[in-house]
Amino acid sequence: MKILVAIKPVPNPDEKVKIKGDGSGIVLDNIKMVVNPFCEIAVEEALRIKEKQGGEVVVMMVGPKVGEQQVRTALAMGADRAVLVEAGTDLDSLAVAKVLAKVVESEKPDMVLMGKQAVDDDNNQVGQILAAVLGWPQATFASKVEFLADNRKANVTREVDGGLETIEVTLPAVVTTDLRLNEPRYASLPGIMKAKKKEVKVLELSSLGVDTAPRVKVLGYAPPKQRAGGGRVASVQELVEKLKNEAKVL
Amino acid sequence: MEFAFSPEQEALRDMLRTFVAKEVRPKAHTWDTTGEFPGETVARLGGLGILGAMVPEEYGGSGMDTVSYALAVEEIGKGDGSLGLTVASHNSLCVSHILSFGSEEIKRRYLPDLASGRKLGAWGLTEPGSGSDSLSMRTRAERKGDRWVINGSKMFITQGSVAGVYVILAVTDKEKGKDGITAFVAPSGAKGLSVGRKLHKLGMCSSDTAELVFEDLEVGPEAVVGRVNSGFRDTMKNLAGGRISIAALSMGIGLGAMQEALAYARERTQFGRPIADFQAIQWMFAEMATELEAAELMTFRAAALKDSGRPYVQEAAMAKLFASEAAMRGTIKAVQIFGGYGYTQEYPAERYMRDAKLCEIGEGTSEVQRIIIARNLIRGR
Repeated sequence: MKILVAIKPVPNPDEKVKIKGDGSGIVLDNIKMVVNPFCEIAVEEALRIKEKQGGEVVVMMVGPKVGEQQVRTALAMGADRAVLVEAGTDLDSLAVAKVLAKVVESEKPDMVLMGKQAVDDDNNQVGQILAAVLGWPQATFASKVEFLADNRKANVTREVDGGLETIEVTLPAVVTTDLRLNEPRYASLPGIMKAKKKEVKVLELSSLGVDTAPRVKVLGYAPPKQRAGGGRVASVQELVEKLKNEAKVL
Repeated sequence: MEFAFSPEQEALRDMLRTFVAKEVRPKAHTWDTTGEFPGETVARLGGLGILGAMVPEEYGGSGMDTVSYALAVEEIGKGDGSLGLTVASHNSLCVSHILSFGSEEIKRRYLPDLASGRKLGAWGLTEPGSGSDSLSMRTRAERKGDRWVINGSKMFITQGSVAGVYVILAVTDKEKGKDGITAFVAPSGAKGLSVGRKLHKLGMCSSDTAELVFEDLEVGPEAVVGRVNSGFRDTMKNLAGGRISIAALSMGIGLGAMQEALAYARERTQFGRPIADFQAIQWMFAEMATELEAAELMTFRAAALKDSGRPYVQEAAMAKLFASEAAMRGTIKAVQIFGGYGYTQEYPAERYMRDAKLCEIGEGTSEVQRIIIARNLIRGR
């Protein structure tokens, strides 16, 4: 089975991010970038499928060339090769999906696996839009993926509100991964050394002929409101009073 | 002059930072208090290629350079000194001796298991009566036809009771002194090779340390690592490389303690402000950070010299001396910053302090490093 995995570099979730003075974005200088954790889960799932039934795992990424380091991380985990479409960070979800669709059309995988969302801007859109652009079935928030009928179909268990839902999709399909699908492996030292020699095909965005004009305009970024901090109450009565009138939860 | 890690070295460091944060740091306290050897975690490090860091791929290793290896030991040491010591001693003493001096046959036979962590390596030089004066060792190997019979004992052997492969130094020609010592390799369970007491230590509590006893341990000519009577000279070369890993481990322990102390000093409030606001505390941090930065530069420079095939013995001895003493001073400050809590096992500062002490003693004491450094200077090397 040939699986195409889309990954996105995101700022390390453990680091404090700062917003630019003019509110136009996040300060990315000196911020450590990592593979989006949900994408790592997608890479892991693809590797497990390959280990079980053979095939190829190809990583794709749309974004600045510096993201190659995160692409190499996926290769160090065990992916076979990668396609990197060089672009700015300003593409919206629709544009990214359209670019990915071009890569999918030329690679012709049996399945596209990707994180359900990136932890930087939490859009949760690209997988769904990609399926629509391709005219493929989609199974989002996967917590389990099983193959049926000689890989012509898959059963995907999805985490939905209040429980699990299992759906059947015809392949090829786009599957987006949820947190509990698997626990990604660490890249081994030999894996890191091998990744250096694996192919990363770099494509120019302009060579794909995709209209990436933004449909979404970001008006501004603002930090979350500072928490006011806690206080002590002298009595249960005062607590109930505050819960009723200040917090308005009673 | 380039002061930058390669993308692969950065990838290795990032991977280990995550691994240590998730799998090592949270367990270090338990390992320290129970003294239990963390076999499962060591096996996982084997799976990641850390136990064959510098072993070429053809023998099942990761084929990385000394700088990468030093980075790995540093990152592991930040989370747990004992685990760092396990990795350092396995790689730099046992594996490295076999890799540098062993015959092709010995390398094919032992390195794949050692590099993957299926077997751990121990290396025996020190004896109950011979430490820094290692030439005074009493373990003897006597010829019996073309075979050798080894009798004697070894002390403070890291991985002594958990190893699958042992490299043992023994006197083969007493008259010849330096040129009368030979290294032999023996698998665990060999008849005549037994593990004596397991030793309880001040620190590095979950690193395995034991005594080895040889009673008519018989080995064939194929068990000689290097040449007959070249064991001592080979050992001196091997120890020079080992010093880089102890320097890296020292740095890891020092920086690990500093990170803990920093987090504490930002949170701990006295006289209405975080203690990090007090200059007395700030000065301690400034000194710690500066000394550990210097240690880091010395260690990676020695490693880079080794990687480029240039002389590094002097630089490695200096790095080991300075880094281990900087770690000791730094971890003592960390305990001080934690105050009363620093003296308890409720917080990790005291563990780092106990662990750091080993680095001033193991693989050549600070005094021996000073002798080496001074001798090299005076002899104009």
